[in-house]
Amino acid sequence: MTATAVVMMIIAMVTVWGGLVAAIVNLARHPEAAESEPQPPVEL
Amino acid sequence: MASSPTVSGRNGQPTGEVSSASGSLAVMVTATTQSPRREAFGSRNVFILSAIGSAVGLGNIWRFPYVAYEGGGGAFLIPYLCALLTAGIPLLFFDYAIGHRFRGSAPLAFRRMHRRAEALGWWQVLICVVIAVYYAVIIAWAAMYTWFSAQLTWGPGNENDFFFADFLRSADVREVGVSTEFVPQVGVPLAVVWVIVIVIMGFGVKRGIGRANTVLMPLLTVMFAILVVQSLFLPGAFDGLDAFFAPNWQALADPGVWASAYGHIFFSLSVAFGIMVTYSSYLKRKTDLTGSGLVVAFANSGFEILAGIGVFAALGFMAQAQGAEVSGVASSGIGLAFVAFPTIVSQATGGSIIGVLFFGALVFAGLTSLISILEVIVAALQDKLGWGRVRTTLTVSIPLAVISMALFSTTTALSVLDTTDAFVNAFGIMAVALVAVIVVAWLLHRLPALKEHLDRRSSFPVGWVWMLLVGALAPLVLGYLFVSEIIAKTSEPYGGYPAWFLGIFGWGMAIALVVCGVLLSLLPWGDRSHAKDDPSYDEFLAVEHYDPDPETSAITVPATTQRGADA
Repeated sequence: MTATAVVMMIIAMVTVWGGLVAAIVNLARHPEAAESEPQPPVEL
Repeated sequence: MASSPTVSGRNGQPTGEVSSASGSLAVMVTATTQSPRREAFGSRNVFILSAIGSAVGLGNIWRFPYVAYEGGGGAFLIPYLCALLTAGIPLLFFDYAIGHRFRGSAPLAFRRMHRRAEALGWWQVLICVVIAVYYAVIIAWAAMYTWFSAQLTWGPGNENDFFFADFLRSADVREVGVSTEFVPQVGVPLAVVWVIVIVIMGFGVKRGIGRANTVLMPLLTVMFAILVVQSLFLPGAFDGLDAFFAPNWQALADPGVWASAYGHIFFSLSVAFGIMVTYSSYLKRKTDLTGSGLVVAFANSGFEILAGIGVFAALGFMAQAQGAEVSGVASSGIGLAFVAFPTIVSQATGGSIIGVLFFGALVFAGLTSLISILEVIVAALQDKLGWGRVRTTLTVSIPLAVISMALFSTTTALSVLDTTDAFVNAFGIMAVALVAVIVVAWLLHRLPALKEHLDRRSSFPVGWVWMLLVGALAPLVLGYLFVSEIIAKTSEPYGGYPAWFLGIFGWGMAIALVVCGVLLSLLPWGDRSHAKDDPSYDEFLAVEHYDPDPETSAITVPATTQRGADA
């Protein structure tokens, strides 16, 4: 592989897979909120 | 205290203060007619896996590597990332916002946005009908090739003839018309594919779609990772990677390359034909929409890069084995999967393992996408008719399976598939996307409300930049692509097929989708439909402080049944 091809490969991996890691880290920092919606009524 | 749900009568008058006698009657009516709560994904992660499963399909594996190679190799990364960030992700958020805000399948979600926008939803449903019918047969081919790979059934050196003549028994539509001659080696696996997806769909969103994706997506990733590593050890693999990543900067000056990057991202992410609207309608109220969407979008692109490496490493080997240049063996689509890859499998040491992993990956990637396409149709009918899951699944899937078998287990399957695929992409998906962004942004002026809905619950604020990208850039890019497609397909007959054939399976089909979409939107929604009876939507609107929906709140619910919204 030529040097420029290697550089482009590394840039592609870092941006796309790095973007994926960043997105996952961001999501992990915002855990799923518990639903605070009340239950449907039970009395009839 | 948060306001309690606004419950109003048919004339919009509050009906909370009813007498106790009529109150108990209304309770009984509500209790007996109340439809079950909307299905939901088990968790945010299951939704993300399912959305990735939908986005990662055949295109990621067999289309992206060649599109990138043609579009300047390493230099293509620039238009690709631009397209991802400025069009793909914004349109993905657009679908999420519509599905989550209006909590319905595509027709119901658009209906709730505006009564006349409902036709857009049905148009998307019909696009999914067409795609589902032919998508299933490619999975069936891949399944058979997984089996053939293990035994090199095609016979080394005979890969091309085996696929077209022995396996598909391809006939020319110019000579035989649309054939009814059954090809059992395609028809039988096709029937099996339909049975599998019908079973998965019958189990519903949580137990069927969610569980299938939870199993298949990790399996697909592991299989593909092993495939890529094994490909990298083939002799000549790095020549292939060199061809794939070596940048051709002149390509960036070509508008066609930018158009192909936008076109590819657009199809790759499965946006604008109802899938993401439907899936996001199964999300809980407080879900982080944009944070989840970023994971889905980058996972989809990450898979494409992985596929590019795997495919071009294998093509590098093939070029070396044949004493040719990589440019001479590079291909995409059906030719790459069913001719080039079998050749690689024949020639490589341990080729059978490569073949089983490659075709197995195609099957799994295809299945998870087909499920999502079918869900658009099943969800639409469930909302429209208020039927249960199993009944709707069978009503939708069996006729589709029959049409699929009739058209694609015969000798002219390849021509019909090629034509419908090309036309439904250009004049179905791309056209509906263009019309949808124009209608929502410029006619209904709903982007500010959708932006507010996204930002209210999400970790990644989209702000006005998103409105600009969806409202201005997306229509421009989609409009350009759409006009280019019209020019390309009217200047000469697509694929050299006869006019009558393109008239039916190309132009006729594409126009019929719009006409039937409008007609379906004119059919009234019954009292059992979710447009008229959806207590969970009323509750959602109340808790979110949105205006009540005049249609769903038409059924009177007395004060005693109001849900406390103090939490």
